[in-house]
Amino acid sequence: MSTRLPVLKTWKLFIGGAFPRTESGRTIAIEDLKGNLLAHICHGSKKDLRNAVAAARKAQSDWQMRSAYNRGQILYRMAEMLEGKAEEATQLLAATVPGGVRRARKEVEAACDRLVSMAGWADKYPQILGNQNPVAGSFYNFTVPEAVGVVGVVAPSEEPLLGLVSLIAPALVSGNSIVAIGSPKHPLGTALFAEVCATSDVPAGVLNLLTGKRPELLGVMADHRDVDAIHAGGCSLKERRTLELGAGGNIKRVVVRKTKAADWYDDRICASPYWIDSFVDSKTIWHPSST
Amino acid sequence: MKKNTLNFGDAWEYAPAPDSTPVVIEKRYGLFINGDFCAPQKGKTMATVNPATEEVLSQIAVASDADVDKAVAAARKAYPAWKRLPAKDRGKYLFRIARRLQERAREFAILETMDGGKPIKESRDVDLPEAAKHFFYHAGWADKLDYAFPGCEAKPVGVCAQIIPWNFPLLMAAWKIAPALACGNTVVLKPAETTSLTALRLAEIFQEIGLPEGVVNIVTGAGETGAALAAHKGVDKVAFTGSTGVGKLLAENVAGTGKRLSLELGGKSPNIIFEDASIDQAVEGIITGIYFNQGHVCCAGSRLFVQESVLDEVKTKLAIRLQTLRMGDPLDKNTDVGAINSAGQLQTIQHYIQCGKKEGAVMHQPNSRKVPRKGYWCRPAWFDGVQPSHTIAREEIFGPVLAVMSFRTPEEALKRANNTPYGLAAGIWTDKGSKAFEMASRIKAGVVWCNTYNRFDATSPFGGFKESGFGREGGRQGLSAYLELV
Repeated sequence: MSTRLPVLKTWKLFIGGAFPRTESGRTIAIEDLKGNLLAHICHGSKKDLRNAVAAARKAQSDWQMRSAYNRGQILYRMAEMLEGKAEEATQLLAATVPGGVRRARKEVEAACDRLVSMAGWADKYPQILGNQNPVAGSFYNFTVPEAVGVVGVVAPSEEPLLGLVSLIAPALVSGNSIVAIGSPKHPLGTALFAEVCATSDVPAGVLNLLTGKRPELLGVMADHRDVDAIHAGGCSLKERRTLELGAGGNIKRVVVRKTKAADWYDDRICASPYWIDSFVDSKTIWHPSST
Repeated sequence: MKKNTLNFGDAWEYAPAPDSTPVVIEKRYGLFINGDFCAPQKGKTMATVNPATEEVLSQIAVASDADVDKAVAAARKAYPAWKRLPAKDRGKYLFRIARRLQERAREFAILETMDGGKPIKESRDVDLPEAAKHFFYHAGWADKLDYAFPGCEAKPVGVCAQIIPWNFPLLMAAWKIAPALACGNTVVLKPAETTSLTALRLAEIFQEIGLPEGVVNIVTGAGETGAALAAHKGVDKVAFTGSTGVGKLLAENVAGTGKRLSLELGGKSPNIIFEDASIDQAVEGIITGIYFNQGHVCCAGSRLFVQESVLDEVKTKLAIRLQTLRMGDPLDKNTDVGAINSAGQLQTIQHYIQCGKKEGAVMHQPNSRKVPRKGYWCRPAWFDGVQPSHTIAREEIFGPVLAVMSFRTPEEALKRANNTPYGLAAGIWTDKGSKAFEMASRIKAGVVWCNTYNRFDATSPFGGFKESGFGREGGRQGLSAYLELV
């Protein structure tokens, strides 16, 4: 009986809607839990990160100007595409993340459902986070939430797919563009999610995904002047400090979640509109109402 | 245009009309800690000066690290009881503060004007009523927080370190203290070094109305006191209003400490006038935008963009209107432009004026009124021939200095308006509603005034985009800076 030799894939980065290899030419070998070579991923560099930020900036304003209905549909489309790849995602996670197939399936399903849930927020969060203000005097005055711009996402090591999706979705649904650094420990979830995004009508550049080593990329993201906010999970105190120090450069909005593994499955925590609130700025508009 | 204008210039002077309400100012003021005034432990003081006369009004305590420590400890001690107090009662204390502020408004207004140099008509008609309203508005929130953020439980943050600027001394104290207390936090407030008097008088009101000891503590002093307060380990949250430079330092100091941070920083706000605007109203809007409070306003409309077709008309009318502004004794009820807050700030403004001239812009100061011999004064100025790269078009001046530029299309106005690291406020003047809303939705700014400028209200969230800070003050949105949503 002959066993077929498998095709080993090198997963690439996802920048500006394309799948480039890292400009650094580096790769990292990924083994399954038994120690067999499973695949390679790109070992993304600082330059890749900067390219991703440039792509994200370019795409952001059009994404923000899309109708809320349209943004909602695109997030829903992401869920549809992930659902279609659920079996592949489950197998990849089961092979590399301790906990077996059942755990992996649970994570993939939760990630799908998270996208569905957040898709529904697109045309509702402004009604929850914004309001009219009863000012004294004859003015019409109201407050609306607006995207902050380019959001850097730092995914947790554990729950590599669900954590990534949960940190991306609230910023994405509210019109921000994203540059995400995937789970350093289990990068295949990130790589697979890139293929989901590429086939789900997300405009090029709106969502950029990098794999690589966190210590190398974290500081660059924190200091980058064209990153307006950061949404991070699973960070050590030192990493948290690095990210928050970056806020001193251009007054970034830095949100580091202390979410524990089980919390990622909790919609009350991760699908809350107050997670969206962290990546919008309130804009208050005044107009006289006299004739 | 000039031919048809009645220009009285200095010919018709108003008789002086100073507000004469007597105000007692003590020779020296201590720190307000744990419900009582106390001397600073190292005995250091600093003089506070009336910027219109250079007369020393009083000696203010300079809080050392040990004093800050004491104040934070007092706030920490008061926190559990204040947090557990029935929310309705927290509200009632705030209602009492609002009432007493309204009742003592004249005295506070005069004190504010003497200590800071702003015209009495502004402290009387803006600072005081708005400060009282801020307490009244937040008093009502105290027992309604569960309705403010549906789906979560709202908990206080803890001890809040609050550092405020000198441009609206009492109003900024109200903006900081009222929401913090309503949400169940306790406070250590540091007023700006040149303008501590009204905050200290507010402490008297806290005593009058029986606010529990330690719920609000006030430490006076300069930058070092503020730095010690922000860095104190017993503080759970730092709230700062001031320059972007200091805000960045604070962000770095707070990094990794687990402290919460909200920042209301500088601005270089665009004020955009379209050809279809009501030009007379727009000119009033320019005046309010940049000369209100001598331009010591973080959201001042310091970059004026005028559509090319009406540029000459706007410039002519601006020059005429500027001649009618009365600069002088801030306590005079007819005064429009008061004194610059401090000698240091006057120097900063003069530096920027020199920059403007050196870099090739042309300055106009059409107001010909005599500058009083004593005090710190700057006649309202505007610059013509300003390039976007000029220092006066890029940096916050915080004075009565306007940079006038032109544009052709709405798209160009938008690009130039957004071409700044700041994003605090913007003004849009047009009679076309769809244009106003299109501009308002695409300008990166936390507050957009359409056909008006420099309006504030306790119910209306205020705060910036980009490097103008994060977090809001006022309105429902302002509460979240002082709450942990669980």
